[in-house]
Amino acid sequence: MPKLNVNGKMLDYDADEGTPLLWVLREQLGLTGTKYGCGVAQCGACTVHIDGVPVRSCVMPAAAMKATQKITTIEGLTPNGTHPIQKAWQALDVPQCGFCQSGMIMAATALIKDKPNPTDKDIDDAMTNICRCGTYNRVRAAIHVAAKEMAAAKTGAKPKKVAELGKSVLDIQHIDGSQA
Amino acid sequence: MSTPSNPSKRDRTNTDATVAKPSRRTFLKGSAATTAGLVIGFHVPFFNKQAMAQGINAAPVSPEVNAWVVVQPNDKVIIRIARSEMGQGSLTGLAQMVAEELECDWAKVSTEYPTPGQNLARQRVWGDFSTGGSRGIRGSQDNVRKGGAAARMMLVQAAADGWKVPVTECTVSKGVITHVPSKRTTTYGKVANAAGKLTPPTDVKFKDPKDWTLIGKRLARLDTVDKTTGKQVYGMDLKLPGMLNAAVKDAPVFGSKVKSVDDAAVLKRPGVKKVLRVGDTAVAVVADTWWRAKTALDALKIEWEDGHNAKASSASFAETLKAGLDAKDAVVGNSIGDAPAAIAGSARKIEAVYSYPHQNHVCMETMNATVKWTPDKCEVWVPTQNGEAALAATAEAAGLPPAKCEVYKIHLGGGFGRRGATDFIRQAVAIAKQMPGTPVKMIWSREEDMAQGRFHPVTQCKMVAGLDDKGEITGLTMRISGQSILAYVAPQNIREGKDPVVFQGLNPPGPEASIGYTFPTLLVDHAMRNPHVPAGFWRGVNLNQNTIYLESFLDEIAHATKQDPLALRRKLMSKHPKHLAVLNAVAEKIGYDKPAPAGVFRGLAQTMGFGSYVAACAEVSVSKDGVLKVHRIVAATDCGNAVNPQQIEAQVEGSFVYGLGAALYQECTVKDGRIEQTNFTDYPSLRLADMPKVETVIVASGGFWGGVGEPTIAVAAPAVLNAIFAATGKRIRDLPLKNHSLKA
Repeated sequence: MPKLNVNGKMLDYDADEGTPLLWVLREQLGLTGTKYGCGVAQCGACTVHIDGVPVRSCVMPAAAMKATQKITTIEGLTPNGTHPIQKAWQALDVPQCGFCQSGMIMAATALIKDKPNPTDKDIDDAMTNICRCGTYNRVRAAIHVAAKEMAAAKTGAKPKKVAELGKSVLDIQHIDGSQA
Repeated sequence: MSTPSNPSKRDRTNTDATVAKPSRRTFLKGSAATTAGLVIGFHVPFFNKQAMAQGINAAPVSPEVNAWVVVQPNDKVIIRIARSEMGQGSLTGLAQMVAEELECDWAKVSTEYPTPGQNLARQRVWGDFSTGGSRGIRGSQDNVRKGGAAARMMLVQAAADGWKVPVTECTVSKGVITHVPSKRTTTYGKVANAAGKLTPPTDVKFKDPKDWTLIGKRLARLDTVDKTTGKQVYGMDLKLPGMLNAAVKDAPVFGSKVKSVDDAAVLKRPGVKKVLRVGDTAVAVVADTWWRAKTALDALKIEWEDGHNAKASSASFAETLKAGLDAKDAVVGNSIGDAPAAIAGSARKIEAVYSYPHQNHVCMETMNATVKWTPDKCEVWVPTQNGEAALAATAEAAGLPPAKCEVYKIHLGGGFGRRGATDFIRQAVAIAKQMPGTPVKMIWSREEDMAQGRFHPVTQCKMVAGLDDKGEITGLTMRISGQSILAYVAPQNIREGKDPVVFQGLNPPGPEASIGYTFPTLLVDHAMRNPHVPAGFWRGVNLNQNTIYLESFLDEIAHATKQDPLALRRKLMSKHPKHLAVLNAVAEKIGYDKPAPAGVFRGLAQTMGFGSYVAACAEVSVSKDGVLKVHRIVAATDCGNAVNPQQIEAQVEGSFVYGLGAALYQECTVKDGRIEQTNFTDYPSLRLADMPKVETVIVASGGFWGGVGEPTIAVAAPAVLNAIFAATGKRIRDLPLKNHSLKA
């Protein structure tokens, strides 16, 4: 049986030839955080990391994946949503309907790993995912917030809570205990 | 987005069916509606044993205080939300409003959806479930605040009863009740049981807006965290034990039928369970996985009886609409004096014809529904903007009474009006009915979603203005020719040939969609012309094109009479202070009295709709090669009371993505009776790199409740079109912009 290395685990799957990685993740491995939006690598809702590189899984045949290639989905990014990108997303209330946001976050985490202090141009070039609700300006702002936080962490600063992140950007009031 | 159901030929729910008829209501009274079933985890409102068995957490069962409020012994408060959350944030806003009057601790609040079946059984205690027309907040504010206030009164009364003291000696703050003289305290969680047994108060008073502590606050959304971790379950993600998956293809020519299906090869494919007809018009493949169902469907040989609609095209529609511009059969939407006569007697006349194309909503999550049908019960899990219409459609398609049906709402991966329709729910039920006892999840491919839209209506508009010898306007006529949404979704609401929704933003002075100008004479009328392509409520609805027509043409008049576009508008707006206030707010924020940066040009637009007054100024540049760059948008909204300003900002920002994407790129064209566009490849959407800076000004003038999800979409395109004219001298009168060259 073929195997995929997903979120640190070797998993068996059984799919017809040509089945895209997206549908193996969603229908066989139960990882539904990765979304179907177009099936033609346009919208980016299906973005996952393959060895750290953002890839549109809707056009990537699962069979093309070697067991040595490490696939990371939104579920495997962090155990509980504490990647600086995720925290910045929460701090700025980026998602609206949220359907495209797994892909957005996977694209953003890959970008920030590659370019720890991305310029607006870097963000324009990397964040080609489609969002119909129109979260783009908050996506951009949140990437800058996360970059700043990650730079501070490198100097040994204590990680900020979500409520403190991006406070000056949008001044959203996060109440302790809410969203529980 | 203002009608709850969708009774077109393909979609025949009676609007009134969403309200139970008396006999049905009597039948249902006291049945089914146990509160226990309602108190469940909020993301996916199952109370289905199978679903719970697969690990969906059910919250502890507590009795309700009233329909809106459940308080658990640990003081956690569950607020029930009747409207659907599709990204617009009203889940949080509505909870804020209940919590405001409830005086509970916001940190302990979570939410859940009651089901449409429960609403039916309880005499619509939660009111209207329909989530469209930017009515989530404005259409619920009275109901939900009363629910919160009544629950507070009952909880405090229960505490007073327990202490045997007059209720007037008790106060409450953040869910802690204090008997002031004795300084004793208790909490909502401790008295909730007793409170639920009290008779609800009849005289409920609202807090004075000056005492609000939650309404008006920039609170974080309640639904964000799971949307950043992949945990949020959408309809497409649903999994039920034993579930199969379906892919479906409906007739590409609207109104045509299936002639024949050759399924021999497909039935041999692994995992394929069944190939079936869905009514006369569609074919579905049911398989173990959706990918297998979809690829089998693609391989299926289907022949269609295309019929006479197969001859229709966008060009033939345009001819029909053009004829309507001068036809005699128009109905009047707004009229002052005799505008045609005034124009005929004027020193000068200017005239222009505009048009607006068909567009698809393109929700990121394609249409889907999961259905389990048995001869005795039909259950539907669906992202819907209209739970009650979904229940009515389910009952009809299932051939069962509504009491034997239930709809479980799931957060939407985008709605924009598309998910107010029930066509896809009927399909899913029709499929599941042919697989009794087996849950079937039907998902549309993106291609199916593009082909089977409920499209933004197509219209043309002839604008004519008369000018006197000083350049003052003597009269304005505005002839709209084209599609009526109500003719497709609720024909019973067309009275004497008039679809009132057609005139959004052009109505006489009043609280809804009123024109912001006073002309000496005015005639706005509509010649209804309905192509076979089904129209639907598309975010912003008819306010979109009407605002483009009027605001662009006002700029044409300003140019023709050598007036500043802002000065001309101000002159016409003296009797419309709320319209004027938002326009002035925009002018001030953009710095209209100072020139724009070098090479940058400005355009203005204002309108009123969905209960709110909005205006925008766009700053754009156009390169010599004709490349448009939208640099900055300032947008003002007066929605009366602003419940959650940071979410209003998010809606305004998002509305420019929706509106600019539509203006720049989006057009569904028809050839041989069918939609030509298939995916984001030929139907592009605005992307991050295109996105201008958006500065939102919230003018909360108080005293009314306006919507925010839609109105600012309508000013996006005209503000940019007017700025393009300022930059290039090119007046674009038909969209999308991609069809035009802006090259110098």
